[in-house]
Amino acid sequence: MSDFLTTFLALLLALLLAPYLQARTDSVAKFIGGFKFVQHNGIILSLYLVGAVGIWMIGMIILPQLYMLDFSFRFNLPPMEIGGPDDVYTLKNYEYLIFGSPGSPDAFNFLHLTIFGKTILAAIFVTLINFAICYPIAYYMAQVAKGGSARLLVLCLILPFWVNEILRAFAFRILFGSGGVINELLIGAGIIDQPYDFIRADIALYSGLSYAYILLMIFPLYNAIESLDHNQVEAARDLGSPWWRIHFRVVMPYAKPGIASGCTMVFMLTAGALAAPQILGGPSSLWFTQIIYQWFNTGGNWPQGSAYAFVLLLACLVFVLAVMRIFKVSLGEIAK
Amino acid sequence: MSADVQLDHVYIRFGDFLAVDDANLQINEGEFFSFLGPSGCGKTTILRAVSGFLEPTQGEVRIGGQNMRGIGPNKRPTALIFQNLALFPLMSVADNIAFGLEVRGISKFERRKRADELLELIALQGQGDKMVSELSGGQRQRVAIARALAVEPDVLLLDEPLSALDLKLRQHMRTELRSIQQRVGITFIYITHDQGEALTMSDRVAVMSAGIIQQIAPGETIYDEPETAFVASFVGENNPFFGKVTQADSDFAVINSDVGPLRGRNTKGLEVGDNAILFVRPQALSFAEGAPDNTTSFEAAIKATEFEGHFQTVFLHGSGHKDIAMSITNDGTPAAHGPGSTVRLAYSPDKAVVLPQGAMADE
Repeated sequence: MSDFLTTFLALLLALLLAPYLQARTDSVAKFIGGFKFVQHNGIILSLYLVGAVGIWMIGMIILPQLYMLDFSFRFNLPPMEIGGPDDVYTLKNYEYLIFGSPGSPDAFNFLHLTIFGKTILAAIFVTLINFAICYPIAYYMAQVAKGGSARLLVLCLILPFWVNEILRAFAFRILFGSGGVINELLIGAGIIDQPYDFIRADIALYSGLSYAYILLMIFPLYNAIESLDHNQVEAARDLGSPWWRIHFRVVMPYAKPGIASGCTMVFMLTAGALAAPQILGGPSSLWFTQIIYQWFNTGGNWPQGSAYAFVLLLACLVFVLAVMRIFKVSLGEIAK
Repeated sequence: MSADVQLDHVYIRFGDFLAVDDANLQINEGEFFSFLGPSGCGKTTILRAVSGFLEPTQGEVRIGGQNMRGIGPNKRPTALIFQNLALFPLMSVADNIAFGLEVRGISKFERRKRADELLELIALQGQGDKMVSELSGGQRQRVAIARALAVEPDVLLLDEPLSALDLKLRQHMRTELRSIQQRVGITFIYITHDQGEALTMSDRVAVMSAGIIQQIAPGETIYDEPETAFVASFVGENNPFFGKVTQADSDFAVINSDVGPLRGRNTKGLEVGDNAILFVRPQALSFAEGAPDNTTSFEAAIKATEFEGHFQTVFLHGSGHKDIAMSITNDGTPAAHGPGSTVRLAYSPDKAVVLPQGAMADE
């Protein structure tokens, strides 16, 4: 009945609007043609650009996310009851993350909250390590290396990423395993006599995560540093500055948008990583994304998983915006 | 404090390219010394070797008697002013000036005081809190000078710092730079391709070409007594006449040029049979009528005349590819000779110089 009503109303509306729209075609065309963007790109290209970006933004990002958001406020009902009288909004999924199940003796859901906190902290840590590794490389590529060697370096950085993510993670597992190359080397050099469990100590995980997003750090940094006039570095040096002060006072302030761009991307992706924690994580460590994955997959509880995922997204956004505020970087600068 | 700078047989090589070929000179304490030459002549390379951004392949750079090999630019008693100034765009004017003091661990209060003093020296008092981008070209120029002076260098190095300014400002800054140098009393080493800058400001000028220092002398000597064909053709306008020496004594020599025998001073001691070039400046030439007897004269056809205000330039067909230029003052009377007419030109032989043949400056 309701389906029929909807169709009927839509048809009625279309019929009513049609004459009006037909009469206004000219002015609509004029209205569209009035935009600078359309004048500059022509009507076909403009329609394509607006359409493609629109479909991408609305159809592939905003709508599914809104759907998930809606999910996160609902009960996990069997398919039969969806749309039924019990399908109402609830905060239960969010309450669960904070307070745990109503029956549990603890005041809070310590297990999940700890994992959540640890994930954010570890992501910050990995981002910092990543920055420490990438900044010198990016600086070298942008200011020191000449033509050929810079290109070779870029190639060496890019090529390993042709290998897929899972394979790379397993390679790290082999590298850091108890019988792996690193342990063999350390034992061979006489530094240790028992294999060290890098995986249990999460060293393998942090290394794998740091490596996974190295390009997303290097290229924004490189872009930012490359446009720095090398004379500024020389001027600072000539005025007596030691190398570290040149970086802190001249290069890094200049490269701030690039640093912000690289760090936010690496932080977001690290906090949201799944493959590396799954493969390289120690037996005792759990990444927050793994819990989300469990809710969706093994737990079959999509509303609960959506709620967890949204909390992670929100936390990351708040964190990133706060850091940008502290370092006085605007969103526009990051996009440069 | 001020210090002298010595280049002791300095050679600088980039691969196979010899950028500086045996630079051997002494720059005195408190001197305003310029390196003048066309681009690519090696003058900036010398400056970088003095400031420490590159080490000579061979030879020594000494500042205040101390060998500078192995001492980085941040440890040398020099300060460099870059061609594009290289001011720090994200710092205020005062922070820019005080950067060298910040590096030396001087307190914020002290730094600001010193920056304000220097701002006064460069007539920009009260502008310390502005950003560099808010200043005009000339003001930035002065900030760059103040930033370099703030570290109290013994030697100030300037790499064509005026080239980005417009003509009026450039002329004004020349005077300004010279007076700043006299006030602070330290050694200035100035790099330029602009002979006007070099001649007006410097105590002495080194003219360079293709890595070789051609001549080191005060500006007037460079102009009046060039030692090589390059210096004669690079500094100021000059008319070259090629030929072989036919007569020579210790004071004068005569060459057989295409326009006839020409006589000039034999400063380099050329002998009969040597290939030589005689140089006469446009303003040393005049029409031969009524000229004194002891002049040298030759004939040439007038090609064109150019009116330039208080003087005019007459171009005549020379023997080679280049016109002969003559510059005569306008005394208000109409020009006696028009284009096409052949005239006799004269000059006094002590205004001409005969030099060995060698590379000339490109036009």
